[in-house]
Order: sequence, then C-alpha cells, then structure tokens
Amino acid sequence: MEKITMLQGSGGAATAALIDEIFDSAFSNPVLDAMEDAAVVPTPAGQIALTTDSFVVTPAVFRGGDIGRLSICGTVNDLLMRGAIPKYITCGFILEEGVEVSLLKKVVASMAETAKEAGVTIVAGDTKVVNGHGEIYINTAGVGFVPVQGTGARGTGSHGERSEQGACLPSEKIISARNAAPGDAILVSGTMGDHHAAILSERMAIETDIESDNAPLVDIVKNLLEAGLHIHVLRDITRGGLGTVLNELAEASGVSFEIEESTIPVSPKVRDFCGLLGLDPLYMGNEGKLVCILPEGEVDAALNIMHSSRYGEKAAKIGNVMRSGQGDSTARPSRERSGHVAQSPFVPRVVATTPIGGRRIVGVLEGEGLPRIC
Amino acid sequence: MNISDIKKYLHDYDGPDMSIMEVCGSHTAAIAKNGIPSLLSPHLHLLSGPGCPVCVTPSAYVDRLLSLAKDPGVCIVTFGDLMRVPGSTPYNLSQARGDGARVEMVYSPMDIFPLAAKEPDTTFIFAAVGFETTAPVYGLLVDYAVKHHIHNVKLLTAIKTMPEVIRHLMESGAPIDGFLAPGHVSVVTGVHVYEPIARDFSIPFGVSGFSGEEILLSLYGIVKARGQGRVMNFYPSVVKEDGNPEARALFETYFEPADACWRGMGTISGSGRELKKDYSWLDAGSEGLDRDTKANPACSCDRVLMGKISPMACPLFGRACTPANPQGACMVSTEGSCFSWYVNKRG
Repeated sequence: MEKITMLQGSGGAATAALIDEIFDSAFSNPVLDAMEDAAVVPTPAGQIALTTDSFVVTPAVFRGGDIGRLSICGTVNDLLMRGAIPKYITCGFILEEGVEVSLLKKVVASMAETAKEAGVTIVAGDTKVVNGHGEIYINTAGVGFVPVQGTGARGTGSHGERSEQGACLPSEKIISARNAAPGDAILVSGTMGDHHAAILSERMAIETDIESDNAPLVDIVKNLLEAGLHIHVLRDITRGGLGTVLNELAEASGVSFEIEESTIPVSPKVRDFCGLLGLDPLYMGNEGKLVCILPEGEVDAALNIMHSSRYGEKAAKIGNVMRSGQGDSTARPSRERSGHVAQSPFVPRVVATTPIGGRRIVGVLEGEGLPRIC
Repeated sequence: MNISDIKKYLHDYDGPDMSIMEVCGSHTAAIAKNGIPSLLSPHLHLLSGPGCPVCVTPSAYVDRLLSLAKDPGVCIVTFGDLMRVPGSTPYNLSQARGDGARVEMVYSPMDIFPLAAKEPDTTFIFAAVGFETTAPVYGLLVDYAVKHHIHNVKLLTAIKTMPEVIRHLMESGAPIDGFLAPGHVSVVTGVHVYEPIARDFSIPFGVSGFSGEEILLSLYGIVKARGQGRVMNFYPSVVKEDGNPEARALFETYFEPADACWRGMGTISGSGRELKKDYSWLDAGSEGLDRDTKANPACSCDRVLMGKISPMACPLFGRACTPANPQGACMVSTEGSCFSWYVNKRG
C-alpha cells in the first residue's frame, strides 16, 4: 500500500509530483493552476468576511463524512454565520508520515466535491509532511462577501457585478452574535448531536448507523437572506453543543433565553446513544446545523425556507429571547436547607422547561463530556 | 395516580419537612437535567449522596495509580472519569499522561485484553473503581484473565458496596428521611439488600429508574411512606426482586468482602470488595489504600457526600473549584454532586 513519506515534504520533485497527482487534479481551476505564490481574485464592492479553522478529527473518515468534507463545511459555515456568501477557500495540509495515499485521495476528492456543492473555489494551498503515525490535519481559510444593502445575496457574484462603491452594511445591520433582542424567536435548523455521536461511536467501536451531519449550509442562509428576513443572529452549532452556543449568544447580546426542551430536535438514534453513555444532546456538537434568531413574526417564513433544504428538514423553533434576567425567576431553588443558604455566583442566561415541566438553568459545557462509569 | 396528580401532590405537599437522598450519581445528574427541584414543595429537600464512584475514591488510591503510572513498563487503563481526580496533591492522571505516563481511556474493562495482547512486555493495570453495578464486569475481567492465563493484566481495586455506606450514613446521624435507591445497583443486588436498614431506621427506600417521570413516581412513593421501614420497587420493568444472581456468583468467585476507605468518610467496615488470596497475583497493590488527604484543605467534598451541606455552601464552590479546575472529586465526574450543581446551577 502506497504511503506518504518525508521525501514528499522535501519541496523538491517528489513534492511537485504529489501536488500534481493528488491536489491539482482534484482542485483544478485557473487561479490555482497558475501556481503563483498567492491567489489574486476579483471582489465585489462592500465588505468581505474572513475566517480560518483547523481540522484534526480522528478517524479521518467516518460515517456520513470525512475530514475533507468537514474542512470545507466548517469554514464555509463560519462565513455564512455573518451573512456572508462564501467564495474562496485556501487549504493547508499537514500530513504525518505514513498517510495512505488512497486515503489522502479520498479526502481530497471529498473536499473538491464539497467545495463544488458549496459554490466555493479552492484558490491556494500548501502541503507539509511531518514525522508521525499517518494522521491528516487540514487548515482551511475562507473569504466570503457580505451582500450589499438592498440587493440580498445577488450582489456577490464572482466577478463583482452589481458592485456599488461604498455600499457597506452599517455594523448594526450585519448579522452578529450581539444582535438578539427581546421578542425574537430562536430556531435551530435540525437535529442535535449527530456529528458528535457519529465520531464518538466510531472511536468507541459502538455499532450504530448514526451519520455525521457535516454539511455546507449555503442554500439555507442564502435563501434566508434573499427572502429579506430580519435575521439578527446566525451561529453554527459546533463544539460545546447548543447549550454552550446559546449561552454565548445570550451573553454577547445581553439578553436571556427561554427554551422548551421538548421542541429541540434530536433523532431517536442519537437520543438512545446519549442515554447509553450518559451524555446530553444539548452539549453534543454538530457540523451542519445552525441557530437562527429573528423576530417572532418571521418564524414561519424562516422555517419554510429551512424545511425546503435537504439540510433543514427537521428545523424547529425552540424558544424565545427575553430581557436579561427575565427568564430565571421561576427556576426556583429548593435544595437549600436552612442555615446553608449561599449566594449563587451565577447569572443564568438560558433557562429550559424540561419535558416533565421542570425548570432548569442550562449552563455551558463544563469538563470534557466524559462518559459515566456506572 | 397519573403523572399530573403526582406532580400536583409533590408540588403542594404541606406535611413535615422531608430530606430525601439520592444515592446514585446517575440520579443526581437526572434530577438536575429534569429540573425536578423546581417541581417540589419547599418542604421537600433532595440531597446528593455518596453514589459517584470516583467521588468516594480516597486520595491514597489516586496516589498509588499515579506512582504506578511512573513505571515505563506500565500502562494504566481507566474509565474517563478518573482522569482528572486529584490525589493528595492537585496532580492527576491527565497531567501524568501529559508528562509521558501511559494512560489509556476505555469504555469497557474488557478492552484491556486486546491492548495487553499487543504488548506482552507491558503490564496493563485497570483502575477498577465502582459499585455493585460495575463489579460484575470486573468479575468477567478476572475470569477471562484466569482462564486464559494472562499475566500482564492486573487490577488496582476500589470496589465499594451501597448498603454498608447507607447504614453508616444513618448511624452517623445524617438528616435523611428517605432514600431514592439506585436502580442500576439493584439490577445486580435486587431490592432486599436495603430491607434491614429500612427496618432498623424506619425509613422508606424507593428503587427508582432514571427518567423524570420515574423519579417523580418514586419520590411520591417515598413521601407517602414517610416514617415507614419499607423498600419499594418502582423500577420493576428492569429490577427483579432478586437482582442478578449469576452476575453476583461470578463476582463472588473471585472477590470477597473487605473494609474500604471512602473519601471524606474514612474506613467503613465491610463496605468494599477485594480479590481473594488465590487471585492476589492479579492485584496491583490495592491493599492499605486507606489514607485520605485533601488536595485543598478547604475542600468540603466529605460533608457534601454525607448530605450535611449543599455544594453551594462549600467555600471553594464556583470560585477556586470549577469543572475546569476541580479541587475535589465531586467536581470532576459528570455524576458528582458539585459538578451537577455547577453545570445546572441547581438551586
């Protein structure tokens, strides 16, 4: 079986052959094929969004996806969450000696296919080989364009057509974690925890057919923007899970969230998996799900758009935004015995009504989500 | 009684104050997750007991593990919960691994055998911590090692039993009026093991499942039976009256009762299990681990475990002691009462 060796990281003929054989053939486009030190690309007027992310998942190929697809989805989704339409991607590979060439080809083909699906062009890349045991690490960076005001997503064509000098969105209009407002509704685009459960089950060799949800959310976000909805917040639900994300958003916006646990979509398989291991789907990561916060009156329109995407069929409204502190008064303490009353050092941001009608405060993920032992 | 009647009863309860202890860490987590305290009358108090196995493991045990881990010919094999439990100093297995020790996290003790087969010159030591629930799996592990003559697998044991610690709590005057008894333990032990304690202290036990409804139903039964020495099985779909005699028999082939040291509570007679003499060649030095020193002198895990104070009354809680930087074992495990309170801000 052919494997990557240190020779292929030399920068010489072997490196060139590797790039030719694996990367260029999969990613080929005029910008990349020019093999310059940097990509020079056209931009429309307005604002650009930039982001970067690194991917180190083990195993590199898992049910429903692989590190290549993940590396495109992660960066594309981060751009989308600011209301930017993703356009260009760079990718850096760090390969440990011993990577099987067939695996690398599979990962690269998957990246190319996902980039095509997401409508992004891979315009620059880099490859290094280091000592190790055959792991693949990928860094991607992405550039996206924030549609100019009033033109929806259409102002973001690849060659800057419809560009208007200075037509930047004012900062308060740009989708941001800080914009959740009392009276808004909180939506999620689908079931929680699928990616996390898929990876964990692979690592633990637990028989299940749970698949990762890794997906680029381009059509959902593009359609939400083009519909002219007043989207205040978008956030992809990755590490830390929904519970952590909601806390971050509530804090950034200076508001409280009230959520109804029974409305949070979780697939029966993931629910069983979590039950088995003592995990909480609220703290399980995804790679193709988002939180959308927008005015209550636009909920139906937004859900219709999400439901029409293959990645949003299970989208649901899960709660509402309240004024800061408004949501916590009924999560009543009842465990203190007299004489032991201590002041709570916490400001609750997210309060959930549980399926049996109890109230609990939802905190951020603490610790490492270790499985229970009894 | 349907569930809404039960909820109404527990919410409107106006009788004498009652403190009910959940002994099992899984119950602690489930109570928080379901928001059960918000559904109860102010006259009903829930207390978390010593039912999280890593929380009650004394510092000497962790110290021994850490010292074994220093040997380059040794690999420690453990469940994840134990990784960040401090010994007599804040140093833990996770840090030891960072410093070069070999520590493997597994989800089933039997996972140790494929590891051991690959490296015959390395000694693989399983950190065998747990209650009656986990004990049968250690029985299986020993059975396999004995029958296959595997000599590079050993156990460092800290196996504990529930009835003895519950009796100890009652004898030491803990303010408890009823027990939510652990369903998982009872799957193995059956329900009769609690009957002598229930009788001696005129206190009700409700063997409970882990869903919100099951916990509410059991609490209702316990409140109704206030002052009565009864054991009630509210989890009959899973728990048989006699438990699982085959699992117990396999375990008892290799293990026998012993005294055990509990974090914060000291040595409780007959509350542990250790390998029988004939199988001591499988033991990695579990004897005499009865020292228990706090890594942080202000840590109140001991009083929390006995239901004497709530986690919030500990001076370190949420300040010096958080899940990211636990000072005591109760803040480490997802089933520890301090962790559960911290994460769910359980009032």
